[in-house]
Amino acid sequence: MITLNALIAVCLTYVVFLFAVAFVAERSALRGRVRWVRAPLVYTLSLSIYCTAWTFYGAVGSAARSGFEYLTIYLGPSLVMIGWWWVLRKLVRIGRSQRITSVADLVSSRYGKSNLLAICVTILAVIGTTPYIALQLQSVTLSFEVFAQPGVPSPEEGQRSYTALWVAVGLAIFTVIFGTRNLDANERHHGVVMAIAVEAVVKLAALMAVGIFVVWGLSGGVAETLARIDSSELGQWQMDGGRWAGLTLLSAAAFLCLPRMFQVLVVESDDEGHLRTASWAFPLYLMMMSLFVVPIAVVGLDLMPPGSNPDLFVLTVPLATGQEGLAVLSFLGGFSSATSMVIVAAIALSTMVSNHIVMPIWLRLTGGGASVSGDVRSVVLLARRLSIAGVVGLGYLYYSLSGGGTALATIGFVSFVGMAQVLPAMLGGIFWRGATRTGALGGLITGFTIWIYALFLPSIGSGALPDAVMTEGLFGLAWLRPQALFGIVGLDPLLHALLWSMTLNVITFVVFSLASFPSPLERLQGAQFVNVFDHSGGPRSWAGGVAQTEDLMIMAQRILGAPEAQALFEREARRQGTRGPLPDPTPDFLESLERVLSGSVGAATAHAMVGQIVGGMSVSVEDLMAVADESAQLMEYSARLETQSNELSRTARQLREANQKLTRLSVQKDAFLTQISHELRTPMTSIRAFSEILRDSTGLTAGEQIKYASIIHDEAIRLTRLLDDLLDLSVLENGQVHLNLRQGKLGEVLDRAAAAANDGGLSLRIRRDARREQVMLNTDLDRLSQVFINLIANARKYCISDQPELSIQVTDDSDLLFIDFVDNGEGVSAEAQDMIFEKFARVSDSQAGGAGLGLAISRQIMTRLGGGIVYLPGHKGAAFRVMLPRNYAMAAQ
Amino acid sequence: MTEDGAEDPLRTPARPRSPLFLQRESYRRRRLIDAARFLPILGLLLWAVPLLWSGGPEDAMPGSGALIYIFGIWTALVVAAFVLSVRLRRNEEKPGGGA
Amino acid sequence: MQKHVLVIEDEPNIIEAISFILSRDGWSVRTHSNGVTAVETVLARKPDVVILDVMLPGKSGYDILRELRDLPETRDLPILMLTARGQTKDRELAERAGVSHFMTKPFSNAEVIEAVRALVAPVSDPP
Repeated sequence: MITLNALIAVCLTYVVFLFAVAFVAERSALRGRVRWVRAPLVYTLSLSIYCTAWTFYGAVGSAARSGFEYLTIYLGPSLVMIGWWWVLRKLVRIGRSQRITSVADLVSSRYGKSNLLAICVTILAVIGTTPYIALQLQSVTLSFEVFAQPGVPSPEEGQRSYTALWVAVGLAIFTVIFGTRNLDANERHHGVVMAIAVEAVVKLAALMAVGIFVVWGLSGGVAETLARIDSSELGQWQMDGGRWAGLTLLSAAAFLCLPRMFQVLVVESDDEGHLRTASWAFPLYLMMMSLFVVPIAVVGLDLMPPGSNPDLFVLTVPLATGQEGLAVLSFLGGFSSATSMVIVAAIALSTMVSNHIVMPIWLRLTGGGASVSGDVRSVVLLARRLSIAGVVGLGYLYYSLSGGGTALATIGFVSFVGMAQVLPAMLGGIFWRGATRTGALGGLITGFTIWIYALFLPSIGSGALPDAVMTEGLFGLAWLRPQALFGIVGLDPLLHALLWSMTLNVITFVVFSLASFPSPLERLQGAQFVNVFDHSGGPRSWAGGVAQTEDLMIMAQRILGAPEAQALFEREARRQGTRGPLPDPTPDFLESLERVLSGSVGAATAHAMVGQIVGGMSVSVEDLMAVADESAQLMEYSARLETQSNELSRTARQLREANQKLTRLSVQKDAFLTQISHELRTPMTSIRAFSEILRDSTGLTAGEQIKYASIIHDEAIRLTRLLDDLLDLSVLENGQVHLNLRQGKLGEVLDRAAAAANDGGLSLRIRRDARREQVMLNTDLDRLSQVFINLIANARKYCISDQPELSIQVTDDSDLLFIDFVDNGEGVSAEAQDMIFEKFARVSDSQAGGAGLGLAISRQIMTRLGGGIVYLPGHKGAAFRVMLPRNYAMAAQ
Repeated sequence: MTEDGAEDPLRTPARPRSPLFLQRESYRRRRLIDAARFLPILGLLLWAVPLLWSGGPEDAMPGSGALIYIFGIWTALVVAAFVLSVRLRRNEEKPGGGA
Repeated sequence: MQKHVLVIEDEPNIIEAISFILSRDGWSVRTHSNGVTAVETVLARKPDVVILDVMLPGKSGYDILRELRDLPETRDLPILMLTARGQTKDRELAERAGVSHFMTKPFSNAEVIEAVRALVAPVSDPP
């Protein structure tokens, strides 16, 4: 019979071995040899803290008591691991990119870094985990007793407590040493993880060894074992369907939410690829852990005397059959299960407690002076250590107060349901951008309250809730009975609590989320979480947890733009008198920086950003960079808007110009009509006046009669000419003119025109160079002549000179023929030059008898002939150039 | 399933690859991911089958049969997950395809 | 006593026609055809009635009218305006400038005589 002392020696040796493993792993990691420390297998094995003493001992007990129900605890996590692509991958990626330190941090960070949420989750986790730690202490104590006093079921209370105390102290020391050796920003603990992996192997080996011994040693083989199972109490499948489904889902939820699971799954993970391995390896591990549970239970029920604790069959069966070595191995397996769970749970909880409860309080008490790095680090470490001691101490307290009477499995499920309350906020947070802080808080508090009332308090046993409440409901309201809420009776108490807590939790979460409006930081975080795969390439290193001027600088640059930010920082550095371009993050500077930033991102966000860089808590700089990028995008967008508004104003200007042109055209049209009216009415006035004189006046002399009649005649002709011109112009303008192309010499056309224009009245001397006019033309000679006549007539009418003279010069350009008409008068004023080709524009004010359509008609004609007519500035007199294209002109043979 | 494109690390701009390879491998990879997503659903359905087993005293499912069924599925799921994990890794470890 | 009419107009044939019909009616007619010097001419000739064209070379008839109305000597001088631009806004413009009577071309001779007579009548028959 192995003595208690020998057992203690084995235990201590094992603990020393674990210390060594942890120490070596820590050293290797420090030296950068993380390869073996961080192998996928180690990650997978570290997940085995899911299998605590509850499952190591309790699974067999559960099987012995209630058949196959124990399987649900393993099936849920197996499904979660196999379905890693759905949730775990995203959780791990978010955990890495956001530098999540705990499940409380995840929820808080997702919902706008709400510390209230973090505190809620932390409290929930502490309340949910404390009994669980007590459970581990109890199992270790019980297993000691099995060796100490075999056959004596209930030793003295004092000794029990004594054992549990020492175990608790030992675990706390181990956890403090390896859990808070360094303050890694990533919260990774290489030594602890490696020790856990070793313990995982021990657990599995122990349980497998007992199982193999039972199957092949005691039962005689697989077939015989199966037959033995069928003939035992467990021989038939008797399973409540509700519990089967409910517990599977519950264990799946707990697998994601339990603080210690989150710690190893997400926080300690540093390679997403490890998940891929774990996706099959961990279900395999769980399968092997559960494979021999039923055989051990069946054999235990057979072998052991009635009334013996089935939770301890794993130990008592080998002992009863004289296999002491196997029993010690089994003891070590159970010991490993318990210790690894307590260690990781203590680390996870202490992280939460110190980050979300102790540190905020400390910062508030010390006036938020968190910019001195040394202070904070030592305070954080102290807070962690105290938290670890506190968590383990609470577990011990719970153990010693509750007396450790309850069946192990029940405590486990109660804890599961409690932590599962985080699931809606967690999954909602990573898959639904619309989830808000209010919703998460509401759901969490609702679920938490129902859990406490309907499951946790009743599970503690009588005394926690008065009997009156249990049977008649709170305040005597029957529908508030803890295990029959809303009057629905007959449900399994666990399922009842699970159903109501989760249902109301989810409903509250969704409804509050839909009804509330998230803060900017919340929305930003929501986007970052839900779309984590869009903008996270993996973690970037960010050392230290204190204010970094560089970080502030980078952030400021992203928000303000590089030149402004640099100028701002340089100005401050000069003011502070520091060497180099970066100033110290003094409160004054931070305040002014915050003010500057708030101009770009709003006051609240700026405050949060600066506060978080300076506070340097668990927030990654990437978040802030993301905010900065977002605001940079906003600025880019507004720059684009500015461009667009420039374009708009340009378009508006163009429209305005077009409108002005139209208005001008309209005015011109009015003016044209007025002009026509005037030009028509003037001759008609004369005609009417003289015809009335001829009709009404008596005693007119013959000379007068002839004179007045000829005036009427002349004016009638003038009227006709005007109408002809108008018609001509209209035809030309509408392009309906028919050109009568003929061949002829330029000189002859000019001869005819000069003769027609210069007949009678003032004589105009015309200078010409006949040699140059020997150009053969192929054009509408009549129309060309009309242009020439008009030009010569104009010169005759308007050339104000003592000896009016018109010079006609012909020049040959490469493909154009120029015919210039230059007189020696006063010419046309610069302002009028633009106008003269317009309709009714008279070259001078002096009376000349024309309607002012001549040049307008000439220009239309020349356009039709493929040439043009322009006024030539720079001459003393009026100068017009007629241009004819060469293809209409042919040189004389 | 809607996040297909966004989730695919092969498509991150930092790792440009030749379009031909991208399409083929991306397609293979998508189908592997589909399988990885489908697997837990299958497991859930198969493990829900015991809900149908009647608990009556006469025609109850024998305990050994129940164990064999549940552990058989477990083994099958582990094997399937293993195959998928190896395939996915191979897919990612091809040149330029690291995760 | 014979009344004086000053015709300010640039169309020679119209000047001739108006001169003829008013002379036959017993008016002493003088003519002027330059817009720029029109106001001076009015002040110098001191006519009883002015017949003013709108489109004159050098200066618009409206400007001449306004200048005349600004001068004390010619503030109440009867002025008959003749224009070939017969639009409503031309009439309004003339009335605002202080015209005594406004007629559009072509006109009936009888109407012109009647209008000139009417313009002079209040002066010849004081109340």
